[in-house]
Amino acid sequence: MDHRDEFISEAQEIIDGFGRDLLVLDATLKSRDGNRGPVQVDPEIVNDTFRAVHTLKGLSALFGVARMSTLSHHLEDLLDDLRLGRVELEPKVLDVLFRAVEVYGQILSALRAGEPEPQRAVEELLMSLDGAVSRGAGTASNPLADYDLDPGLLGVLTEYEEHRLRTNLAQGVGLYVLRVKFDLLTIDGALDGLKTKAKPHGEILTYLPSGEPGDPDTIELDVLLASRQTLEVLRLELEAPNIQIRPVPRRVTKTPPAPPLVESEPPQTVYGGMEPRPRKTHLPSAPMADEPPETPIGGAMVRKPSKAEEEQAEGNAQVGFGLSIRGVAQTVRVDIRKLDHLMNIVAELAIVRSALQRMTDRVRADPELRSLGLEMHRLSRSLDRHLGDLQGGILEVRMVPLGQVFDKLARVVRQISREHDKDIHLVITGAETEVDKLIVEELSDPLMHMIRNAIDHGIEQRKTRLARGKPEVGTIALNAFQKGNHVVIEVEDDGAGIDEQKVLTQAIRRGLVTEQEAATMLPRDVLAFVFVPGFSTKEGVDELSGRGVGMDIVKTNISKLGGVIDVQSEPGTGTKMTVTLPITLAIISALVVVVAGRRYAIPLASVLEALVFEPWALRTIEGREVMSLRGQTLALCRLEQLFGLPSPVTEELARRFVVVIGAGAQRLGCVVDQLIGQQDIVIKALGKSLESVRGFSGATELGDQHVGLVIDAPALIEEAFTTSDGRHAGRRAGSEV
Amino acid sequence: MARVLVVEDSSAMRAFVRAALEDWAEEGVEAIEVVEAASGFDALRLLPRGTFDCVVTDVNMPDINGLELVNFMRKSEHHKGTPLLIISTQSAERDRERGLALGADAWLAKPFEADELRATVRGLLSRGRDGSAPTGPTTG
Repeated sequence: MDHRDEFISEAQEIIDGFGRDLLVLDATLKSRDGNRGPVQVDPEIVNDTFRAVHTLKGLSALFGVARMSTLSHHLEDLLDDLRLGRVELEPKVLDVLFRAVEVYGQILSALRAGEPEPQRAVEELLMSLDGAVSRGAGTASNPLADYDLDPGLLGVLTEYEEHRLRTNLAQGVGLYVLRVKFDLLTIDGALDGLKTKAKPHGEILTYLPSGEPGDPDTIELDVLLASRQTLEVLRLELEAPNIQIRPVPRRVTKTPPAPPLVESEPPQTVYGGMEPRPRKTHLPSAPMADEPPETPIGGAMVRKPSKAEEEQAEGNAQVGFGLSIRGVAQTVRVDIRKLDHLMNIVAELAIVRSALQRMTDRVRADPELRSLGLEMHRLSRSLDRHLGDLQGGILEVRMVPLGQVFDKLARVVRQISREHDKDIHLVITGAETEVDKLIVEELSDPLMHMIRNAIDHGIEQRKTRLARGKPEVGTIALNAFQKGNHVVIEVEDDGAGIDEQKVLTQAIRRGLVTEQEAATMLPRDVLAFVFVPGFSTKEGVDELSGRGVGMDIVKTNISKLGGVIDVQSEPGTGTKMTVTLPITLAIISALVVVVAGRRYAIPLASVLEALVFEPWALRTIEGREVMSLRGQTLALCRLEQLFGLPSPVTEELARRFVVVIGAGAQRLGCVVDQLIGQQDIVIKALGKSLESVRGFSGATELGDQHVGLVIDAPALIEEAFTTSDGRHAGRRAGSEV
Repeated sequence: MARVLVVEDSSAMRAFVRAALEDWAEEGVEAIEVVEAASGFDALRLLPRGTFDCVVTDVNMPDINGLELVNFMRKSEHHKGTPLLIISTQSAERDRERGLALGADAWLAKPFEADELRATVRGLLSRGRDGSAPTGPTTG
């Protein structure tokens, strides 16, 4: 019974949500005016953070994740104090909480890698936790004592809900009861509608389902709302045929002893004692049941089922049951490897489909079998379509919104800007843009580095900004949007920009260009130097990104994901880094080429350029064919020889091409017979028996009934060089025709 | 086959409870089928639509909390006899006391072992069988 994966993914979700809540709280703290009054934080958010850590505590204890459990236990205490008003929310408390998000992340990473939980990080956090909290204030007087609240009401409130009730009463906020009636099937939407409408007017303290036996499809709730609004306003704003509002009066005078805590007597609303007038005979469902609703809110359906419908509902009890259960679990967590597996099967099916199509064509070519061929053709077309849908469906499942990684970045911005004492406003757009989950996971490091760079090198110190007539607070914009089959992410700052002259000076000093070359370089090419390993224009080396390593790693990481990065900068105005990524890793763009009559796909990410092959420009250096490309020597590889395929008889007759592929600093020109064009492909891994074959990453269906091998550029380059070194020459020669 | 409704907003916790109760095959012991509710509202949806021999509920849940669910069930004709187990944190003593006062039959503090849960539910189930008020679907 291993639910550990389930645990890890749920914990991750909770931690992500926790981090988002902290960002909201942080924004609230920041929005506080210069005068340091008490902060009005949204109690719901504080409670959410408590609940998050509370759940983590329970889960981690259950799954034997001891340090996470200990950490959660301590955090829970702190958050409990916060939500119950025993501790005030201060920046230093938030700091610790933000650090907790990071430590939780470390613990989960360790769990995923099968490593023990990090000990030091947890211990350090626990230490700073003790330091950050100054419990003082002491609880305020008990406002409940002044009010005659029904103990029955208090009986169903959790401690937190009771605290919120007390807090609201202490602040003189009025109490209202909303008697609402919802259709059980649509209650979630209806409730969200009510929450949204009620939010501007106050705080919903709790929801009490009525114990009245009603019809099984609807539910009556008493919603306890604390609000400063008058009854008239609330009625105007919230009342609907299925929502009735009444105030709960505040009685300051003491009344006779309250009823027993738990009533066992006839059904009665639990806080009937708070009614303004003794209306105990009032049956909650009575005034509403007969009124057909006209405008129920949030899709709530209020309808008294007819007798016949009721009977039918009873008859269908089992069916209804099944439906409801389906309603419970609408999402499933899936291991991405399972999706990879499915995608692999799709690729395999596509290959089978090609074979089938070829057979179909043969059948159609036979005049005697024409009608059979036509039928097969139709079926094959249909298979084609459904296969396409299946592939699309699987891809869709892999997609997650970029918001996941953006949240993390927002925390980083907060942290770094505090370390650097720079005020930074992070503006995020397009967080809902969806990308392959694997890409999102790999994106956070490069993006984080770009943001660090922007804060460190881009945004100027406050004084400098003011002197330059810029707003004191720097802005970093994080924009994401979809563009065709790609997703574009921009990181834009309004900082100092990149000084081209400095970049050039540094480039010349490092011998990357000569002074003559530098004089004629385009700005775009100059800025590209920032991606050269070890390049930095910053004089001093600092904590953050200034060690001269960074942007080259960013570029490498982005390339690994099949993406490209581009930089634009306007001195004095700011810098914009643009990352363009494929939407998914499951499908890649490839250049399809023909070698000795066979098709091959070369991933576009590895293709540098393609040129016409000029046999007369060939030279031989150390037994290896080379050609000159813009003054540089490029090693050539005859793919048909490497693959052991028949060579063309006379190569002067046909126009051939050279596809230049690159991996790291190595380049290789591959001679091919034909360029077919660019195509999006799904790679199907080669089976176990072909695992040892080097130079290919898999097979794919190339359309037009062709199945081809996908070239693995780095492996091919290595193979080509070792072969021409002669180490494998014997074997190769033997296989040559 | 005894049917147990598990009301808990953490899916991992639900999975744990389900496994603890369902993977429990012993000679001569009645098998258990777990029905999951992810919130108090889910529970309210499910309660009228099936027969449950026992309800296990978390206390701290958004919107409708476990105490309110206990209160609702104890006031309802059809569910007032259903054995009810509340699960809460060790520290939430006050919430626990309230739950028992409202009519919950037992409580378990998180974290608990699968064995503890089984034993408690088993106890509640046998009590429900011998006891007076059987629970039934809302027919009639």
